[in-house]
Amino acid sequence: MSSDTLAKIPAAPEMPERADSLRIVPQRRFGQWGAAVVVLVLLGLVVNSVLRNRAFQWDVVADYFTSDSVLRGLWLTLWLTAVVMVLGFALGTLLAAFRLSANPVLRAVSWGYVWLFRSIPILVQLLLWFNIGALYPELFGVRTVNLLGPVEVAIVGLTLHEAAYAAEVVRGGILSVDRGQIEAAQALGLSRWRRRRRIVLPQAMRSIVPPAGNMLIGTLKGTSIVSVIAVNDLLFSAQLIYHRTYQVIPLLMVATLWYTVVTSVLGIGQYYVEKHYARGSERAR
Amino acid sequence: MSVMVDIRSVHKSFGSLEVLKGIDLEVRTGQVTVVLGPSGSGKSTLLRTINHLEKVDHGAISVDGTLIGYRRSGDKLHELPEREVLKQRTRIGFVFQNFNLFPHLTVLDNVIEAPVSALRRPRKEAVETARRLLDRVGLADKTDAYPRQLSGGQQQRVAIARALALEPKLLLFDEPTSALDPELVGEVLDVLRDLAHQGTTMIVVTHEIGFAREVADTVVFMDGGRIVEQGTPADVLDNPQHDRTRAFLSKVL
Repeated sequence: MSSDTLAKIPAAPEMPERADSLRIVPQRRFGQWGAAVVVLVLLGLVVNSVLRNRAFQWDVVADYFTSDSVLRGLWLTLWLTAVVMVLGFALGTLLAAFRLSANPVLRAVSWGYVWLFRSIPILVQLLLWFNIGALYPELFGVRTVNLLGPVEVAIVGLTLHEAAYAAEVVRGGILSVDRGQIEAAQALGLSRWRRRRRIVLPQAMRSIVPPAGNMLIGTLKGTSIVSVIAVNDLLFSAQLIYHRTYQVIPLLMVATLWYTVVTSVLGIGQYYVEKHYARGSERAR
Repeated sequence: MSVMVDIRSVHKSFGSLEVLKGIDLEVRTGQVTVVLGPSGSGKSTLLRTINHLEKVDHGAISVDGTLIGYRRSGDKLHELPEREVLKQRTRIGFVFQNFNLFPHLTVLDNVIEAPVSALRRPRKEAVETARRLLDRVGLADKTDAYPRQLSGGQQQRVAIARALALEPKLLLFDEPTSALDPELVGEVLDVLRDLAHQGTTMIVVTHEIGFAREVADTVVFMDGGRIVEQGTPADVLDNPQHDRTRAFLSKVL
């Protein structure tokens, strides 16, 4: 096609002579505005009813929020969460290493562990461990009930449960590291330990941290399940008080607020940990 | 001239696929050997057997007079423990097609990692060596950058500096320019050319025929897991004896 035939093709009728004088008006989104107003009104109604419902007894909430027994319960919840996370991830990392090893027996054992402990509800598991004395009245020459009190049962049960999930999180993280990274480290003569510690793990952490943060928050709240075996955690402390005073709702609010506060703090912590492991991941400037 | 690499009747299969069907090759000290061949011809696998990243099924390889990956007693080859293999690898530099720099470490930390942890060099000494090497590949100003902040050509030059930091007797290059944009190939080939002129013993798997013609002492043409022919660039590239070599060259030239 020659250039003069091209010039004869008419432009669209709306095409202006000079396009630089036109102003662009964005599309109006009336639906968006309408939806926002409806949601805000509904939200306002809920907040209003919560604040004006006297049955919440916010004054009682304030009284007990920092009471000694609640703080003791909170402290137990916090250290139980920490212990379970540390032990759970230590065992989980070991299980992940088994699962990725060249040894078929270790692989099968790891697979079986994860299968079993993901299959048993944590509540059932806690009750089983709590009653383990019926199966083994004595352990290491000590009466089982003396060896495994409620707190010990809580640690064992929650850790075994946690480890099954942690194993999958760690395994996923390790598998996310490019095979070429390990080959490069081998070609440079780095020892097996150094390869894992210095090359694989820091890169795996980028995939491990978000689900691990999820698990940490889940574990924090999940520890409330130990109240069924009379471990004096945050929820059980609140329950002890309301069994005495019948102020059920305000004391459940105390527990609710504390769980929310701790979860928020953990969320902020996770942000910084993720930032740390994102080193070197930004593209060229 | 002494023999640096001696490869004898090396066979290697992946499952039922035999990728190396009996390779014999000698590389002399200070020489540059370029390995050409279509993809799937086994050239990368051959290169990876030289530093025992791939185990061989049959045959033996020695580098600088040492059997790689095995210890011989009588007519048996006993596989060495990993520790020993790792020590052997520190004498052999390997440069990958995809660079494989460690993305969470700075350029400097990439280069000093192996000298510090595998050779137990003092950190200060390793840093000095690393700076000198980075200067040599033209990246003295990038020591604190992370790999992803660099272009492909720059990353590959860092990878070469990282391999050189172990002061290897032999350098292996596995298609070092194949992952690069065309305009970045030259800067990497310049570094290789420079190394060749300084008498480094190198084996380079590449598709860069021009580089082979200019720098190689020996050109090896592989196809179907075998060495089809080898000789000087003039012999193999300009006067090939085999149909398969001619067919390959007519496609790439």
